[in-house]
Amino acid sequence: MTSRGHLKALEAESIFILREVVATCEKPVLLYSIGKDSAVLLHLAMKAFAPGKLPFPLMHVDTTWKFREMVSFRDETVKRLGLDLIVHVNEEGVKAGVNPIASGSAVHTDVMKTQGLKQALDKYGFDAAFGGARRDEEKSRAKERIFSLRSADHRWDPKAQRPEPWALFNTRKRKGESFRVFPLSNWTETDVWDYIALENIPVVPLYFAKPRPVVYRNGALIMRDDERLPLHPGETVHMKTVRFRTLGCYPLTGAVESTAATLDDIIAEMRASRASERQGRVIDHDGASSMELKKQEGYF
Amino acid sequence: MGAALKMAKLPAVAPAAAVAERSLLRFLTCGSVDDGKSTLIGRLLYETGSVFEDQMEALTRDSARFGTTGKDLDFALLVDGLSAEREQGITIDVAYRYFSTPRRSFIAADTPGHEQYTRNMATGASTADVAIVLVDARKGLLPQTRRHSYIVSMLGVRRVIVAINKMDLVGYRQEVFDAIVRDYTALVPELGFAEVHLIPLSARNGDCITGPSSAMPWYQGPALLNVLETIGTEARDDAVFRLPVQWVNRPNLDFRGFSGTVASGSLSTGEAVTVLPRGRQTTVTGILGPDGDQKTARAGEAVTLTFADEVDVSRGDVIVRAGHVANGQRVIAARLLAMTDTPITPGRGYLVKIGTSLASARLVSLDHAIDVHTYARQPAENLPMNAIGLATLRFETDVIATSYADCAVLGSLLLIDPFTNEAAALGIVEAVDGEKPAEQSSTSTALARIGAALMSAGLLSPRSDETAVLRDLTGRMGNAALTGLLIGVIAGAPGAGVIGLAADLVLRPLVQMGLAAVWRAIDARRRGRADITISLDGGGI
Ligand SMILES: Nc1nc2c(ncn2[C@@H]2O[C@H](COP(=O)(O)OP(=O)(O)OP(=O)(O)O)[C@@H](O)[C@H]2O)c(=O)[nH]1
Ligand SMILES: [Mg+2]
Repeated sequence: MTSRGHLKALEAESIFILREVVATCEKPVLLYSIGKDSAVLLHLAMKAFAPGKLPFPLMHVDTTWKFREMVSFRDETVKRLGLDLIVHVNEEGVKAGVNPIASGSAVHTDVMKTQGLKQALDKYGFDAAFGGARRDEEKSRAKERIFSLRSADHRWDPKAQRPEPWALFNTRKRKGESFRVFPLSNWTETDVWDYIALENIPVVPLYFAKPRPVVYRNGALIMRDDERLPLHPGETVHMKTVRFRTLGCYPLTGAVESTAATLDDIIAEMRASRASERQGRVIDHDGASSMELKKQEGYF
Repeated sequence: MGAALKMAKLPAVAPAAAVAERSLLRFLTCGSVDDGKSTLIGRLLYETGSVFEDQMEALTRDSARFGTTGKDLDFALLVDGLSAEREQGITIDVAYRYFSTPRRSFIAADTPGHEQYTRNMATGASTADVAIVLVDARKGLLPQTRRHSYIVSMLGVRRVIVAINKMDLVGYRQEVFDAIVRDYTALVPELGFAEVHLIPLSARNGDCITGPSSAMPWYQGPALLNVLETIGTEARDDAVFRLPVQWVNRPNLDFRGFSGTVASGSLSTGEAVTVLPRGRQTTVTGILGPDGDQKTARAGEAVTLTFADEVDVSRGDVIVRAGHVANGQRVIAARLLAMTDTPITPGRGYLVKIGTSLASARLVSLDHAIDVHTYARQPAENLPMNAIGLATLRFETDVIATSYADCAVLGSLLLIDPFTNEAAALGIVEAVDGEKPAEQSSTSTALARIGAALMSAGLLSPRSDETAVLRDLTGRMGNAALTGLLIGVIAGAPGAGVIGLAADLVLRPLVQMGLAAVWRAIDARRRGRADITISLDGGGI
């Protein structure tokens, strides 16, 4: 169990980062992807700017393939907290018929997520975008700064990152350049769950085990969230008690068999687990350094 | 500004974020190229069960493809996460990794050894409590070992573990270890470390990482992980409340609050405060913290204050307790590490970020540059990339700054090139002009006076090469004994009267030894610690 003191120190660090952006950037946005990290990030932002409302909108880049429960949770959250939400869909991608099943995970992610995100940032002219990424998620993320400078065409140059000593963030940038800012950089998966428990933060029910309709495919358990997931010959849908460790597009997100139905169960299961959180993500396995490549091209 | 202050290299406290939690230790690995830093972090992750099965499978695949270790696993590939790093087998940028044992959680910063990427090493060092300095047993101390040791010391890291690595390649021989211990120990007095542990290792084979190594029965001391689990962290004993204003929170006409993270000290509602640099006074009516209203704001907490009066407060101002005397500064002395291809040059204008303020400044002069091989001070025209030196900066407006030793948040800075927006240097404040004596402890005051007296007596030259003399002195007589004698005299000195009395006996060796060492020792004494602990076996020598 992460101690309360440690969680409160992480909380204070994140609040400092959130405020630093609002104080120095012109038009920030919070990229809200509905998962547990976004839930924590949103919770911290509410604290950072209390008693006022959030001084920036939320934006969800919707690939149109999110779990239905994610979308309804998103809409409830926005209503409950009185937030300003932008939902952006890459309509060109939709028109071209891009989808995770026929186009494959790489093309789908690039068009609907990366390109969609860049379109939306350009359309609204945001100069700083908060993301919920953590350094413990993946080896190239472990290398990224808290304030990650992106060129006018949103590219990340991992070999020319700005030094970031102490908490002295260099927030100067040229016109057209922007920042991706990661207030949860120093949090681990354990910290996130411990904090959710400590602060009673609502999360999407998909994180908790329940009987759900799944098919076995390429070694992963894929939930058939709607009729769009075609069944291959010989495949059948089973009701299995499963949950998700990360959430994304449903055809690309593997479930884990589990009976963990409460926060305490989840935390206990995570501590005992020998597999990393991103293992269930099909998109991470497209190549040896696929995350870094995607980030260079403008992904989160 | 007194030359005595300029010379003094003050110990610093750990940054606020590192202090809140006792069971959390932030450390970095540093040292020269290929000494095994990334391998060591990878090994620590592996030994503490922090590598998941799917990551182990990836490591096996990656080792076959990019590995530098033949058929064995290349643990550095767990940490070197950028494709350019994996292809070249080097570290380019700092990696932050998180792991824990039942006794402690750790944030490890694995930093690059290449001189070209020194700025990334400094980024990793700035927030660390402890440094692991790696030395390749075959090569001994290299220029980068000295440079990194200096940077670690400059950034206020007082506890160091010297990991003498690749012992497998020197037949695990004790003489090799002993020789490097001797060489490193000679550097320590110049660096002002409070605690130094020296451990022989093989990161690749796992010797002395988690327990004793059968290959080195001659080494009786603790293994690396034991030291990491038990090494002390700096305690903050700062009573001065300082809150750099980060953002003005004005959601509607009924609320006007001032948000920021407490840099030092604590403050409660109802107390009177002063807003610097303009000096307006008011009373705190409310403190809004992450969990709602709170009575007291403490160091490290992110809060929003409300005041009784409509005072004018903006980002960059610093809120202090009323009665705390501090003026805005126009001139500071800062120790800089140059970080870009364009050298830091006197006469040039920069933007300086200190705390939450961003102010224009001119670099008035370069007092000296440090030779990283000998730590000697040398005159310099400019500071090219990776060079370190002491500079005088003059601001266009009043800025609130303190010495790094007093407050890490208001004593650390970034020098930003106003044209390229690049951070041209990072630095620490060594002295501020017009610093009120009330801000200093009585020992610092006494020392400042002694320094001034020495200057006027012509005994102290700001450019004297203390290093060489010190080494010589250390060789001839016990350094600890000498320091102890001096501290006894100075710490007990009530004022200038003693200076005259002590001059003949003490001041000559004091000057020769260099005030830096004395400062450090006094500070250690003030904090109730032993001067310097060097340990090979868990105890001092
Ligand atoms: N024999 C032996 N080889 C080692 C040991 N530790 C590291 N090495 C090897 O030394 C080489 C360099 O190791 P790294 O861990 O990449 O070195 P580094 O200090 O991180 O290098 P930079 O980050 O580029 O400065 C690799 O081939 C390692 O396998 C050791 O204890 N014994
Ligand atoms: Mg390395």
